[in-house]
Amino acid sequence: MAARKAAAKPNVSPEELKQYYRDMLLIRRFEEKAGQLYGMGLIGGFCHLYIGQEAVVVGLEAAAEEGDKRITSYRDHGHMLACGMDPNGVMAELTGREGGYSKGKGGSMHMFSREKHFYGGHGIVGAQVPLGAGLAFADNYLENKRVTFTYFGDGAANQGQVYETFNMAALWKLPVVFVIENNQYAMGTSQKRSTSTDDIHTRGAPFGIQGEIVDGMDVLAVKEAGDKAVAHCRAGKGPYILEIKTYRYRGHSMSDPAKYRTREEVQKMREERDCIQNVRDLLLQGKHATEDDLKAIDKEIKDIVNASAEFAKESPEPALDELWTDIYSDDVPQGDAIEA
Amino acid sequence: MATQILMPALSPTMEEGTLAKWLVKEGDTVSSGDILAEIETDKATMEFEAVDEGIVGKILVAEGSEGVKVNTPIAVMVEEGESVDDAESPAPSGDSAPAQETPAAPVEAAPASAPATPKAKAVEPDWPEGTEMKTQTVREALRDAMAEEMRSDANVFVMGEEVAEYQGAYKVTQGLLDEFGSKRVIDTPITEHGFAGIGVGAAFGGLKPIVEFMTFNFAMQAIDQIINSAAKTLYMSGGQMGCPMVFRGPNGAAARVGAQHSQDYAAWYAMIPGLKVAMPYSAADAKGLLKSAIRDPNPVIFLENEILYGRSFEVPALDDFTVPFGKAKIWREGKDVTIVSFGIGMQYALEAAEKLADEGIDAEVIDLRTLRPLDYGTVIESVKKTNRCVTVEEGFPVGAIGNHLSAYIMQNAFDYLDAPVINCTGKDVPMPYAANLEKHALVTTAEVIEAVKQVTYR
Repeated sequence: MAARKAAAKPNVSPEELKQYYRDMLLIRRFEEKAGQLYGMGLIGGFCHLYIGQEAVVVGLEAAAEEGDKRITSYRDHGHMLACGMDPNGVMAELTGREGGYSKGKGGSMHMFSREKHFYGGHGIVGAQVPLGAGLAFADNYLENKRVTFTYFGDGAANQGQVYETFNMAALWKLPVVFVIENNQYAMGTSQKRSTSTDDIHTRGAPFGIQGEIVDGMDVLAVKEAGDKAVAHCRAGKGPYILEIKTYRYRGHSMSDPAKYRTREEVQKMREERDCIQNVRDLLLQGKHATEDDLKAIDKEIKDIVNASAEFAKESPEPALDELWTDIYSDDVPQGDAIEA
Repeated sequence: MATQILMPALSPTMEEGTLAKWLVKEGDTVSSGDILAEIETDKATMEFEAVDEGIVGKILVAEGSEGVKVNTPIAVMVEEGESVDDAESPAPSGDSAPAQETPAAPVEAAPASAPATPKAKAVEPDWPEGTEMKTQTVREALRDAMAEEMRSDANVFVMGEEVAEYQGAYKVTQGLLDEFGSKRVIDTPITEHGFAGIGVGAAFGGLKPIVEFMTFNFAMQAIDQIINSAAKTLYMSGGQMGCPMVFRGPNGAAARVGAQHSQDYAAWYAMIPGLKVAMPYSAADAKGLLKSAIRDPNPVIFLENEILYGRSFEVPALDDFTVPFGKAKIWREGKDVTIVSFGIGMQYALEAAEKLADEGIDAEVIDLRTLRPLDYGTVIESVKKTNRCVTVEEGFPVGAIGNHLSAYIMQNAFDYLDAPVINCTGKDVPMPYAANLEKHALVTTAEVIEAVKQVTYR
């Protein structure tokens, strides 16, 4: 099945289009900076960059409403920036500092924001899938018409718990959009070598879950598919699957020599399909923006990212007392869903 | 402005590497994403990309150089029309990682997690003297605990296999469906990993799930969600996201069900910071602790026992009876030896104490009731009085709760001990099916008596 393409004429306003450009560029520049800080030893451990996949989260965030929830795996920096979390707090968590979202106790893979309804940041492949369905379970219980975006990769799509979750989500009609970010490589194993079928979006069909394939290098196609999936969930029709074909330009993590694919393959995607370049072209060709307008956005983003790096370097390491806090809580930090 | 390119750290453990090959030469124009060099790390040979565009002004480290330390300047990038001399050197110090500064951790001692001598908690009675009592089975007490909490808090719901229409595989949830309906008493498919995860997600979303495992043997399917998602999220989120829920069900050996259905997981769960672990023996404790568990803002592992479900005990007839976590119960006061146990182990402990009394040995019997938090104070106070201790549990002997207690007693009451602490446990074998073998695989009352005689030198 061919990937679904957006209508030739964008169905969004020039202002929205500019916003997508800005949001995608923020993720890219932020991730480039994170890669740089990693190289300097300021970020440790694992660091999974989102470069190349920006259109996925930006397109889906454009389909979300206030109160909708999102949860994802360890490749999570883009999701956090796209839902409006503060780049300073994200970068400072990457450097393990007090000013980070988790006070330096979570790191790249484990960050949360109650305010932005971002439920992590999970380091175990596939574990976020039942968790996301559980968030949707809570919303269903509360009958509040909220939708949860549950992101996972083509690698996680082979985990058993994903199918346990598909079954219950369909059985109980949970308002959850399962977003399969198919970047074609589960760490270093290509989809062809790991997955018995070409199409992952059809894997919900045996459970009665509708799914479709989406061009993840086209933010407008993602937004359009997101609108459809969200409407389905909000109407009480149960879960929906979006398999979004995307591509990560960088390695699985920082220490990935990327010998499982050719340099030419990556270069071809960058040159021909890049999601940011696509929107840039749309803006310029449609005369919605001038080169100068875009330069101003580039400058603004560069300043935000540089400021976040500065913040992340300046913020002190957590106090040693932090070792012993947040193991148990005296109250439920996120509060009770139904107040007594 | 000219900028220095530093030797990058390309893996979590890399400290130095070999600059295997330059793929650019001085004067080349590069853009973001172009490969500058190949670098051999401790794990692999990696391509090193340019982050910004510019011109390679000067290569500072020749290809083939080994042992190049991370953050050493390896090249200088310049912009058009700029000379290499404009480059700052050496590398700005503000950019170096904290790990490379003088290490602070070994000098500053980390603060201790708990005061050195915790107070004994078991001195206070669980209910006022003269309270009216009623006889109830453990099964009924657990059901009542859930029903009472569900009546008072609309966020509480029960999910699990056969909890609703079947009325519970062991009838613990009997009657709940009738009273609370299918929205709050939910039959799940047989899919422990999945529904445990959904339960954790629902707790993140502000509900208070009670997830029933038909037995804790099946919770092994779900252990990743219990440990990695439920127990650790509060910490990993810097206190932003908690997991107020209960995982409950029968734990330990039933009878004649073989190795895969007969295992005590108390020590496994008690090891995990972030979890609370309760393992009641009596019906009153089952009720009071389960109510506390449901109200607790943290994830609680609630370990019941199939053999105890039908056992009757006196339960206080109070409107809202709870038992706090971290408070042991002294079932029997004595001066000659301290027997510490929990859950069904209490059965052997109490039987042994009874028989030992006939022989003139006066045993103090402590029921820990919760393993996390654990009432160390009550144990230590008792050992200081009796100078002898025997622990009793059904689980395997390696890494047992008794092992931990022994170490704790040795560190905190060594001078009071008149004999080594003995741990009575299940045997170091998978549970056999044959009736005679099964009996010997479990801890026995005779073994507890024998252990007490050993520590009292009788």
